[in-house]
Amino acid sequence: MAAIATGKKRVNRSLSGSLSLFALLLVFGAFMVLPLIYAINNAFKPLDEIFTFPPTLFVKNPTFSNFTDLLNLLSDSWVPFSRYIFNTVFITGIGIVGHVLLASAAAYPLAKHKFPGKVFMFQVVVLSLMFTPAVTAIPNYMIMSWLGWIDTYWAVIIPAFAYSLGLYLMKQFMEQIPDALLEAAKIDGATEYRIFWSIVMPNVKPAWLTLIILLFQMLWGSDGNGYIYSEQLKTLHYAAGQIIQGGISRAGAGAAVALILMSVPITLFIFSQSRIIETMASSGMKE
Amino acid sequence: MGMKSWWSWKLKEMKASKHSYVLLAPYMILFTMFTVIPVVISIILSFTYFNMLEFPRFIGWQNYTRLFLEDDVFLIAIKNTLLFAIITGPISYIACFVFAWIINELTPKWRAFMTLIFYAPSISGNVYFIWLMIFSGDRYGIANGLLIKWGVLLEPIQWLKSEAYIMPILILVQLWLSLGTGFLAFIAGLQTVDRTLYEAGAVDGIKNRWQELWYITLPSMRPQLMFGAVIQLTTSFAVADVSIALAGFPSVNYAAETVVTHLIDFGTTRFEMGYASAIATVLFMIMVGTNLLVQKLLRRVGE
Repeated sequence: MAAIATGKKRVNRSLSGSLSLFALLLVFGAFMVLPLIYAINNAFKPLDEIFTFPPTLFVKNPTFSNFTDLLNLLSDSWVPFSRYIFNTVFITGIGIVGHVLLASAAAYPLAKHKFPGKVFMFQVVVLSLMFTPAVTAIPNYMIMSWLGWIDTYWAVIIPAFAYSLGLYLMKQFMEQIPDALLEAAKIDGATEYRIFWSIVMPNVKPAWLTLIILLFQMLWGSDGNGYIYSEQLKTLHYAAGQIIQGGISRAGAGAAVALILMSVPITLFIFSQSRIIETMASSGMKE
Repeated sequence: MGMKSWWSWKLKEMKASKHSYVLLAPYMILFTMFTVIPVVISIILSFTYFNMLEFPRFIGWQNYTRLFLEDDVFLIAIKNTLLFAIITGPISYIACFVFAWIINELTPKWRAFMTLIFYAPSISGNVYFIWLMIFSGDRYGIANGLLIKWGVLLEPIQWLKSEAYIMPILILVQLWLSLGTGFLAFIAGLQTVDRTLYEAGAVDGIKNRWQELWYITLPSMRPQLMFGAVIQLTTSFAVADVSIALAGFPSVNYAAETVVTHLIDFGTTRFEMGYASAIATVLFMIMVGTNLLVQKLLRRVGE
């Protein structure tokens, strides 16, 4: 247990207490991680190993055949697989860029300016954190059809621009920027837009990352949310769902697709973890 | 100050802040279009009969009386949703905090590693279909396979097709998925607690980690605790995707029906938009109401 960093300097720590807490952590950590390990191993199992009794957690004769099967399966479908990848990357990419820009622009006045309606607007956004988008799904569908956005990427992308959690976190983070910095720029004659773009934005770079991860998670896993019907516009997640529901003959390819889907966001998180937690720590959430 | 001068003063203030409004406008316009207006429309539609083809017809409280008095499946949905909220809400909230709290005592490298392990299920992009393989109804599913091997079972169980097992399995999977944004906020919050408070606390006679937790850590983290509560509660009231993916739609005898799946059923399958809007409005009221109540309770922590 090299992991125990306590005993050293912290007071008020008993060894038995530490040990039982870490045991708890290990047991539940195993519960969290075992299904993922099972999924990883399944992707490399030959078909006869997936259907073996008793089932095994770890792969014995690892193979890439599931991935080649997946490729063959996909090259047979009338929409090329690259199209699903493009759709998902496009939706995720544009959605993230738009959200970071719009939410930052809106967060700056909410954090640093005083103007009529400010408290009210922020409270409405906070209130919207308290309910699920499912509540507004039907009117949203109607609005999309009035706008003529049904069966286009925009039905998924544009609402993501106005995701409320991102604005909330960004506003809290921006409150930490010292006022003196903004005052100095104002005295030098900078406009509000210039201050926002050249001073505020570079200062909140760590917070961008948090917004990027949150939105990536949301959009990467999106299957079109009932707005997209054309096969050519469907996302990777939708295609994956189709393969996984394909039954026994496709069990191997399904396992491969599951691994591909989960590894992208996890990898992204590994590289950005420390910055994300830093952002949340310094964003000093207020009541 | 008279009414008139108050208005002219406000107006002057608004003109002076025009740059603030310009910066806010793009976000606020979209937010209004896709969140505020839909909530209002949903509440209005809930008092109408509307099938998407004809113009909505006002019918008063009929949708609501039908919902609570005649719709047996809705009662199952409410029961299941409350079960989710009562079990997964508090457990996942406490789990988020407890695990963040233990992880916070590890060295930075281990802290990063354990954070990843606990956060991975919720970030990995809806991979809960892994559980389909685990609870697969034949003997090749891990659950059946192990139980048969150990001699607990003789025949494989159709886990996701048996009313008795569906809800416990969904609760388990939902718990597995639930260490998300709230968990990260807690980890972050724990790192901001002022270290000197603990030293001062030790001098003032705080004896063990539990007292430290109640008198110092929790009160210092009140904002994060609020944030986490909102996120966990909202998620546990909104269970639907997991239910549809694992138990099917509709599930066997509606055993896994939740308020959101009921809403989807009437909204997208039967096109009874007025009725579906009434379901949405009830859900909206429950979610916002519970959140406000829980926030009120949380203000008392550590007092």
